[in-house]
Amino acid sequence: MLSFLTKRLAQLVPTLFFVSILIFSLQHLLPGDPALVMAGEERDPAVIEKIRQQYRLDRPIPVQYFYWVKGVVSGDFGESLRIKVPVLELIEQKLPVTIQLGSMAIVIAFLIGIPAGIVSAVKKGTAWDYGANLFALWGISTPNFWLGIMLIFLFSIKLGWLPASGYVPLSENWRASLASTIMPAFVLGNAIAAILMRHTRSAMLQVLESDYVRTARAKGLFCKLIVDAVFNRDYAVVQGVVLVTATVYIMLNLIADIAYILVNPRLRA
Amino acid sequence: MTDATLGAIQIATDDELESPARRALRRLFRRKGAVVGLVVIAVFILLALFAPVIAPYDPVATSWSLVRKPPSALHWFGTDDLGRDILSRVIYGARASLMAGAISVGIALGIGVPFGLLSGYRGGFIDALISRITDAMLACPFLILAIALAAFLGPSLGNAMIAIGITTTPIFVRLTRGQTMSVKVEDYVEAARAMGNPRWRIALFHILPNIMPALLVQATLSIAAAIIAEAALSFLGLGQQPPAPSWGSMLNAAQRFLSNAPWMALWPGLGIFLVVLSFNLVGDGLRDALDPRAR
Repeated sequence: MLSFLTKRLAQLVPTLFFVSILIFSLQHLLPGDPALVMAGEERDPAVIEKIRQQYRLDRPIPVQYFYWVKGVVSGDFGESLRIKVPVLELIEQKLPVTIQLGSMAIVIAFLIGIPAGIVSAVKKGTAWDYGANLFALWGISTPNFWLGIMLIFLFSIKLGWLPASGYVPLSENWRASLASTIMPAFVLGNAIAAILMRHTRSAMLQVLESDYVRTARAKGLFCKLIVDAVFNRDYAVVQGVVLVTATVYIMLNLIADIAYILVNPRLRA
Repeated sequence: MTDATLGAIQIATDDELESPARRALRRLFRRKGAVVGLVVIAVFILLALFAPVIAPYDPVATSWSLVRKPPSALHWFGTDDLGRDILSRVIYGARASLMAGAISVGIALGIGVPFGLLSGYRGGFIDALISRITDAMLACPFLILAIALAAFLGPSLGNAMIAIGITTTPIFVRLTRGQTMSVKVEDYVEAARAMGNPRWRIALFHILPNIMPALLVQATLSIAAAIIAEAALSFLGLGQQPPAPSWGSMLNAAQRFLSNAPWMALWPGLGIFLVVLSFNLVGDGLRDALDPRAR
């Protein structure tokens, strides 16, 4: 177990290194000069040159990479070019929503996916099995942004049971908080449930296979944050969000692998 | 292979031994889900190809007197916020979706398979390098990476396809690598090597044909994922640009009029769902049909 852990942790290093290279190089794929973007309306070459120096944009790319990694390791993801707020702060703002949505989605996925998978495996070849398989196919094939729109139409507009947008923190009012997150959590959970059901069915004993934990990825509101940032050429935000998401993702995979070994001792050899 | 050996196989097929491809097809057609999927895909391909003939109206023609009209005899799927016929836009939208599915998976195969072959066959440092890069790309969530790439390249359908293609590539690198590693120790590859065939020849003519089934299954399932990804990118404004129709961008427009024109959201979503479902059905069917363990 210990040697496995050491090996698995050692593998993380090159992976994280390449992830950081990948994310850093995204900036240089981006059309447009960041110094010009930051200067905004200002077209004075002296100002632009000053910005270039301040953000080290005039230095060689490896040097820029070094400073970026140095910052990231100490928790400094830079500053949003547009709204002048530290990237870490932006991520922290969205993190509670992402975590709440992610955990609720996982709970929903477990509640639907595992019973459906067990029933389908136990009653193999019956209408139950057929129905559960149809459900899995539907879950995998439905684009979640469409399912979201349809649920808003039904539960917010037609029935008026749930709010169509907005977020209430759990600490403020748990009922309102649940009401504001249950639809997106269900949309995310539904897709995971489908994959979970298939895994449960094909190997009821190997429930904790890693693939679906991988699916419980940290997305949620990050998607919106990154799209806005990308449209605004806000490099620091894009890099920060992708890096945090990728790291969380890698850690979840590691946890999944460890959990897999814990429940299945045969793999320890 | 000489004509004589081909002939021998032909005779054997009629007897008891079928060619693997024909056996797979026969088994595929026995599966109802896969057949339904194939039929639906065929229908959508025909719709996309003959859209100008089939679509009742011009998909980009606006009309102020027809803004957000519910489905009727004249406009079966209703009209959108600019008075355009939704049925015609859904038919034309099939072009963007199917093209995105095919081209982005084509890109992923075109890059992923050669690198996977190289990685799996050569091993050593090249393998380690390619594998770490693959790991790094797989470590970033699929959609987030696609969004970032698409945005960096600039919003257009072509760039969205490139972004999805690149994001899908590591899946094929990893699959090809794994398959290559298991096939390269087989006797027939050893034999080919003993006969002095160059490496590229062994990779292309002895390994590649034998890992085709796995690639075919993954490609089919990846097309389904690519179609959803294209719709998602267009939904976010990073794919097909207006006024050209795409199912994703139609959904984006629809969410603003959900309370008074819900039909705008129904049809494009149904289109995505049906096509993606069909590719998943065919992919599942192919997997079962090509599985040598299940005779």
